[in-house]
Amino acid sequence: MDIFLTLLSLLDSTVRLATPLLLAALAGFYSERAGVVDIGLEGKMLVAAFAAAATAAIHGSAWLGLGAGILASVILALLHGFACITHKGNQVVSGVALNIVALGLTAVLGNAWFEMGGRTPNLPADARFGEITLPLAEALRGVPLLGPLYFELISGHNLLVYLALAIVPLTWWIAYRTRFGLRLRAVGENPAAVDTAGISVTRLRYQAVLIAGLLCGIAGAYLSTAQGAGFQSNMTAGKGFLALAALILGKWKPVPTLFACLLFAFADALQTRLQGVALPGIGEVPVQLIEALPYLLTVLLLAGFVGKATPPKASGRPYVKDR
Amino acid sequence: MSAGSSDNLPWWATGLLLPLVNVTLALLVSALVIFAIGEDPVGALGSMLRGAVGTGEGLGYTLYYATSLIFTALAVAIAFHGGLFNIGGEGQAYIGGLGVGLVLLALPGWPWWASLPLSVLGGAAFGALWAAIPGWLQAYRGSHIVITTIMFNFIASSLMVYLMVNILIKPGQMSPESETFSASLFLPMMADMMAGIGVEMSSSPLNFSLFLALLACVGVWAFIWHTRWGFALRATGANENAALYAGIDPRRVIVVTMALSGALAGLLGVNELHGVQHRLMLNFPAGLGFTGIAVALMGRNHPAGIVPAALLFGALYQGGTELVFDYPTISRELVVVIQGVVILFAGALEHMFRPALVRLFSRRPAVAASKPAGA
Repeated sequence: MDIFLTLLSLLDSTVRLATPLLLAALAGFYSERAGVVDIGLEGKMLVAAFAAAATAAIHGSAWLGLGAGILASVILALLHGFACITHKGNQVVSGVALNIVALGLTAVLGNAWFEMGGRTPNLPADARFGEITLPLAEALRGVPLLGPLYFELISGHNLLVYLALAIVPLTWWIAYRTRFGLRLRAVGENPAAVDTAGISVTRLRYQAVLIAGLLCGIAGAYLSTAQGAGFQSNMTAGKGFLALAALILGKWKPVPTLFACLLFAFADALQTRLQGVALPGIGEVPVQLIEALPYLLTVLLLAGFVGKATPPKASGRPYVKDR
Repeated sequence: MSAGSSDNLPWWATGLLLPLVNVTLALLVSALVIFAIGEDPVGALGSMLRGAVGTGEGLGYTLYYATSLIFTALAVAIAFHGGLFNIGGEGQAYIGGLGVGLVLLALPGWPWWASLPLSVLGGAAFGALWAAIPGWLQAYRGSHIVITTIMFNFIASSLMVYLMVNILIKPGQMSPESETFSASLFLPMMADMMAGIGVEMSSSPLNFSLFLALLACVGVWAFIWHTRWGFALRATGANENAALYAGIDPRRVIVVTMALSGALAGLLGVNELHGVQHRLMLNFPAGLGFTGIAVALMGRNHPAGIVPAALLFGALYQGGTELVFDYPTISRELVVVIQGVVILFAGALEHMFRPALVRLFSRRPAVAASKPAGA
């Protein structure tokens, strides 16, 4: 029973840690499937986390914070679109630039506005997304096995966790069962064909980039107003790149991406628990190895040593109508 | 990538005017940020300038930062000419520093001038290895260099934490730092060298590595534009198929280019560890690997442009530290904002500024050449 409860709490934190990765990875899904490489997931999450925490701290509302987070992230996404779609700039360079701007700007503004060394004030409970107890969770808690499972793992998360999980099937449906999704995928594979069919490549790519901004906005707000209670300088700490790795491991498909995010989050949750613990037969596993595992996996996968991940064909290339 | 655009702008327009426009705009954006947080932009930028070049000590620090930036920017530039975007300078500098540190820990009591070639070799070799692997993966396994080098940055960071905490840490010490190198190995400080020839100079971390950085500039220039290998590198960067047709194996060129790029980034360790810190420690690249991207873009990927751009960013780094004393509400991350905006303007939005400039210039020659309209 004790092991069961430990496992449940491990899985519980896995879900919590996977949520921002999942939202950001899905953001990357829309952008990259439309042919716009998005190195800037990290930066968009960071500005969103800051805007959400700052707004929630001042106005005391988590919802206003979420709105501000999405707005900030969308502005950055539009800048990316302006550079890469309108002006056909290098998508990677633009992503790098926006990440760096986000890192600097959040630190400068945070320090100037709140004078707490780049942090925002701690948010009270009602300015955050609180945990939701699902119906009957308390009543069913006594049921063996399923009761604790329902109470610990499925119930008791905040709204954004459930939202993120719901966006996975929604994304699948949009991408594979709607006209918009078909066009979105086509524009990432062969924009010229889409253009020939009389559909605007520019418009589609902007739509994709905007959706990416929206999702990164939610991911950032989750970090600072749901999982955490305030913003800290560079609080994304590479999560945007981890999300990118998850998207690659998920081979640019929504459902496998979900599992990649869960895997990375599980490794993260495990790592805090494995610190200084000697495993039977293996000995003490270095925490740093578990930390580096997602990145190693991505490298091996991209090189075709573990399966094969093929990016959308037109990804990274600006579309030029005529030559 | 910006390595070889084919419009007829005079060299000074692309080489001087465009970077100047970029920097001016970046400074304007940062002035707006300063204004938005309720401080005086002119006063703040003035304070930065004073901090960077106003005192001998400040100038020394500026040149010391510039030394590291020259190495990381040359790394980005050489990869750019080979058609590769090496985003992994930070990780390569980190691992390169490991090479420098290991060499110096193994040579107790050696004179500094005898240890320098070996520490350079160690830094270059480790950095080269850390970059050649992503290069090899791109050339022979088809994985994208940008993603792989990003992942290698994170792997480098984990690896270094593991090594510093578990293996290289000085026994009986809490903070993860290695033993100090023996004092005879320390590179001479510029102030001491100048004192030796009778010139008074304020003390600063500026050290012998500056000469090494300038030497690297000349070396990179000669290599890219005046050797057979450099030609192969530029040919591959411009058009892989054409290079193949000309009898060049682009895959080998990619691996070699990345190795050279990583070797240059690895030399940051010579300045930081051999020159200043005198021991192995965590996080010594401190973002200078990323800043190299901005410096290379602003310097148009040419050593002659990289040196002034590195000076500018060195001044920004040093000025940022001074700024915080005068204006406590402004934090030194303002420099990071400027750096990001420069990359945005000089890199991602180059296609916005360049045509505008071309239009501006083509007005006069267009009349003289009188091209047939709508050809």
